[in-house]
Amino acid sequence: MLQGIERPLEERELAQLVAEAARTRWALEVAGSGSKRRIGRPIEISGVVTTRNLRGITLSEPSEQVISARSGTLLSAVEAELAKHNQHLACEPVDLGPMLGEAAGQTSVGGMVATNLSGARRIQRGGVRDQLLGLRAINGRGEVFKWGGRVMKNVTGYDLCRTLAGSWGTLGIFSELTLRAIPRPEEVRTLVLMGLPDSIAVEVMCQALATPFEVSGTTHLQAVLAQRLRLPALTNSGTSVTALRIENFSPAVAYRADKLKDLFVPYGDLIELDHAKSLAFWEELRQLSFLQGSVDPVWRISTAPKMGPRLVESIRRYRVCHAAYDWSGGLIWLEVPDAGDAGADDIRRVVATLGGHATLIRAEPSVRARVDVFPPLETAVQRLTNGIKQAFDPLNILNPGRMYPGQ
Amino acid sequence: MPLILQPEPNASVLRHRDMILHDLTQLAEPGTVQSQIEARRAFETDALTAYRCMPFAVLLPRTTEEVSRLLAYCNVNEVKVIPRGAGTSLSGGALPTEDAVVLCLSRMSRVLDIDFDNRFARVEAGVTNQSISEVVGPDYFYAPDPSSQLACSIGGNIAMNSGGAHCLRYGVTTQNLLGVKLVLINGDVVEIGGSHLDSPGYDLLGLIVGSEGQLGVVTEATVRILRKAEGARPLLMGFNSSEAAGACVSSIIASGVMPVAIEFMDRPAIKVCEDFAHAGYPLDVEALLIIEVEGSEKEIENQINLIVGLSLQHEPTVTRISKSEAESAAIWKGRKSAFGAVGRISDYVCMDGTIPLSTLSETLTVIARICSEAGFQVANIFHAGDGNLHPLILYNANTPGELERVEHCGAEILKHCVAVGGCLTGEHGVGIEKRDLMPLQFTSIDLQQQMQLKTVFDPHWLLNPSKVFPLDGRKAA
Repeated sequence: MLQGIERPLEERELAQLVAEAARTRWALEVAGSGSKRRIGRPIEISGVVTTRNLRGITLSEPSEQVISARSGTLLSAVEAELAKHNQHLACEPVDLGPMLGEAAGQTSVGGMVATNLSGARRIQRGGVRDQLLGLRAINGRGEVFKWGGRVMKNVTGYDLCRTLAGSWGTLGIFSELTLRAIPRPEEVRTLVLMGLPDSIAVEVMCQALATPFEVSGTTHLQAVLAQRLRLPALTNSGTSVTALRIENFSPAVAYRADKLKDLFVPYGDLIELDHAKSLAFWEELRQLSFLQGSVDPVWRISTAPKMGPRLVESIRRYRVCHAAYDWSGGLIWLEVPDAGDAGADDIRRVVATLGGHATLIRAEPSVRARVDVFPPLETAVQRLTNGIKQAFDPLNILNPGRMYPGQ
Repeated sequence: MPLILQPEPNASVLRHRDMILHDLTQLAEPGTVQSQIEARRAFETDALTAYRCMPFAVLLPRTTEEVSRLLAYCNVNEVKVIPRGAGTSLSGGALPTEDAVVLCLSRMSRVLDIDFDNRFARVEAGVTNQSISEVVGPDYFYAPDPSSQLACSIGGNIAMNSGGAHCLRYGVTTQNLLGVKLVLINGDVVEIGGSHLDSPGYDLLGLIVGSEGQLGVVTEATVRILRKAEGARPLLMGFNSSEAAGACVSSIIASGVMPVAIEFMDRPAIKVCEDFAHAGYPLDVEALLIIEVEGSEKEIENQINLIVGLSLQHEPTVTRISKSEAESAAIWKGRKSAFGAVGRISDYVCMDGTIPLSTLSETLTVIARICSEAGFQVANIFHAGDGNLHPLILYNANTPGELERVEHCGAEILKHCVAVGGCLTGEHGVGIEKRDLMPLQFTSIDLQQQMQLKTVFDPHWLLNPSKVFPLDGRKAA
C-alpha cells in the first residue's frame, strides 16, 4: 500500500508500485530528486513516487560518447563521469534549483529529461531532447517500456524519446536513460559588450550566429539582472551585458575571436573573458544566477529570435519586467515584479499576438493554481495532447493536472 | 513470392471504387484525381522496387485546404491513404495497397519564406531537399543531406527522419526542423512548432518526425538554415583491412576531433563507385574512409594534421587530401551515387542497421560470413562516424527464390545489429521492409505503446497502415 513517499530501489519495484496505484486509482506525484517540485500546477495526490534511489551509471563508453544512468542518478554524477573522459553534455541543462530557493546541483537525470530545459548551447548543438538516445520507463498502467538504445542514429518506430522529453512526469516515470556526450572544447572564450539596448544586442547575437565561427552561446541581460551576476568584471558597470561564446581548439578560438572582434568593434568596447572566466560565467548562467535572490514571478518565453525585444517591449507597456535573453533572443527569462497573477493576462496576450509561447516557472502556489502555468493549446492540439496522455496514462494517475487541468 | 505480406484489402472500398473516385473528383481541383492506369502505374512502387502494387487512384493536390478536404472524405469513408513525397523510400514507405489512394505532395513545391535574421526557411512539403540549400545559398544551407537529396522531398524526409553523411556533425531531420503544418486524417489542419526552438507542451513535432506518414500529412515545413563554414575539405584514407579502418574511426571519434562526416567503403564498393564517378579512389585497398573537416584554411589544416597523426597507428596505405573544389566534388559524387552505381551492375537490397562503433569490425566479419554462406556478394558503404551501416547485398531479381533468400540474409544481418546493441534502421525507416522484424527490437508492450499513439492520431488506421507495425498483434491498439 502506498504511504507517503515511495522510494523504489529497482525498476521492477517501481513498476509494481505504479501498477498498484493504477488498480487503486491513486494519483501519484512523480519526482526525481524533487528540485523542481515548485513548478507546474499544484496537484492533488495520494502519494509521491521518487526515483531518487534508482541510482548509478549503467554504461559509460567514452569512445562512443555514450552514457547510461538510472533515472535518479544526479546529473552532477553523470557530468563528473563524463569529465573524467574530457566530455560533457552538449545541451548544458539549466539548474533551476537556486532560483527556486533550493540548493544547486540536485537535479537528477530523470528530472533533466522530464523538463527538457536546455541551456545556451541549444542553438548550436540541440536541446536535452536531442541528446536522449534511449529510455526505459513505466507508463500509467505499470508497464515497463523502452525506446531507442545507445546508438546515434535510430529511426526504428515512433520517436518516444522526444515524445517523453519535456512531459513533466505526466506520461511515464523514467527508470533508465541513455545520453549522448560530446568532447569538451580545448578552449572557451567569451566576448562581452556592455550597455547595449535589447534590440541592438539581439542584432549582435543574430549577426554572430550568421558568421561561420560556430558561436555556441549568445546571451543578453538587462542591467537590473546583470547586476546580480557574480563575475566581478561584469557586475560593476551597472549596464546591460551581452555575451558571445566561442569554443574549439585553441588556434581556432584565437582566430575566431579576432574575426568577431573586428565585426563588432562598432558596437562599443569589447571585454574578453579567458578560458577560466568563461567557464565560470557560463556555469553561473546555467544556474540562472541573474534570477536568484528574488521571489518575483518568472516566465520562460520561447519565440523567434528577432521577435524577442519587441515582445518584451510590448509587455513593458503594461507592467514592469526585467528580461534576460538566451538563444540569440529566442529564449527570454522574464521577471515580473508586483504582479498579482504573475502578469499572465498581459504576457499571454502579447505572446499570442507576436508568436511563441510562455511558461510560468516561478510563482506562489496560489498563483499557479489560478493561471495557466503551461501555454494554452489550440483546440486540435489540445485534443491530441489529451489523447497522448490517455495512451500512456489512461487512468490519469501520473502527475495528474500538473501541466493541464483535469489530466 | 516475397516474404512480406500485404493486409487483406477492404472489399467494400474496392466495390465502391467508382463512387469514391466520383466523390473525390467532386471535392478536388481539376486534375488532382488521377485514375487512369498509366498515371497510377508511376506510383505502384518507390525505391524498394521489389514490391509493387497499383493504388486505385493517385491524388495530386496543390493546397493544404485541398489535402484537408480529401483526407476528411477518406476518413469518413474508410479509404486508406498512402502519403508520398518523391518516392525515394528504400524501405517501401510509399508502397500502395490496392484499396488505397496515393496522396502525392509533389505539386506542393513552393518556397514560402526565407528568413535569414531568424535563420529559417518555410517551404511546402514537395520541395526537394537540395533545392532548400540552393535557395538559401550560397552562404547558408539546410544540413541533412541524404544521398537522394537531388530528388527526395522535405515531406518525405520528415516522414522518415532522414539523415545523410553530414549528420555526424549537424544532426538528422528532427534536429533541423522547427515546425510543420500537419493535416490530420479528419481534415483538421494544425500548426505544430513554428519559428522558435522549444515545444509549448508535449513535443508533438518530435513525435511527427519519423512517424512514416502514419500520424498525419505534412504540407508545410519550417526548417533551420545554418551558416556555411568558411571552407570544407575531404581526405581519403585507404587501409589493408576493414578492421584497421574501423579502428581508425574509433580513434578519431574518441580523440575529440569532430569531422563533419566519416564515410566508409569496402573494396567491392570502392570499385563500383570509382567505375561510375571516376573520383580517384584507390583501388588497391580493402577499405576506404572519406573524412571531411570544415573551417578556415588554417583550421582545416590543423584538423587534418590531427586526423593524419591519429591514423598512423592504424597504418593507412593511402592518405590523400583533396587539393581542389573539383576533386572534393568528385570524391562526394562517388559516395553519393553509390547506390545508383551498384544498381547499374546488379539488383541489390540495402540494409540500414546501426551498431555501437565498438562492434564495427565484429559486425563486418559477421556480415561477410552471413552473405558468403548464402552465396551473395556484398558491398559495404556506410556512415562510419555514427555506426550506421549500409551493406548492399547483390542478387538477381529474375532468379526465382533469390529475393526471398536475400531478404532472409538481410534479416540475419539486422538481427546481429540488434543483438550487439544497435537497431534495425538508422535513417531509411521501417516501412514495409522491416515491419515484420520489429519484434526483434521491441517487446509487445513497447509496440502497443507506439500503436496507441497511432490510434490517437488516426483512429481507423487509414494513414499508411500496412507499414511499421507487424500485422498480427494490432487489434489491441
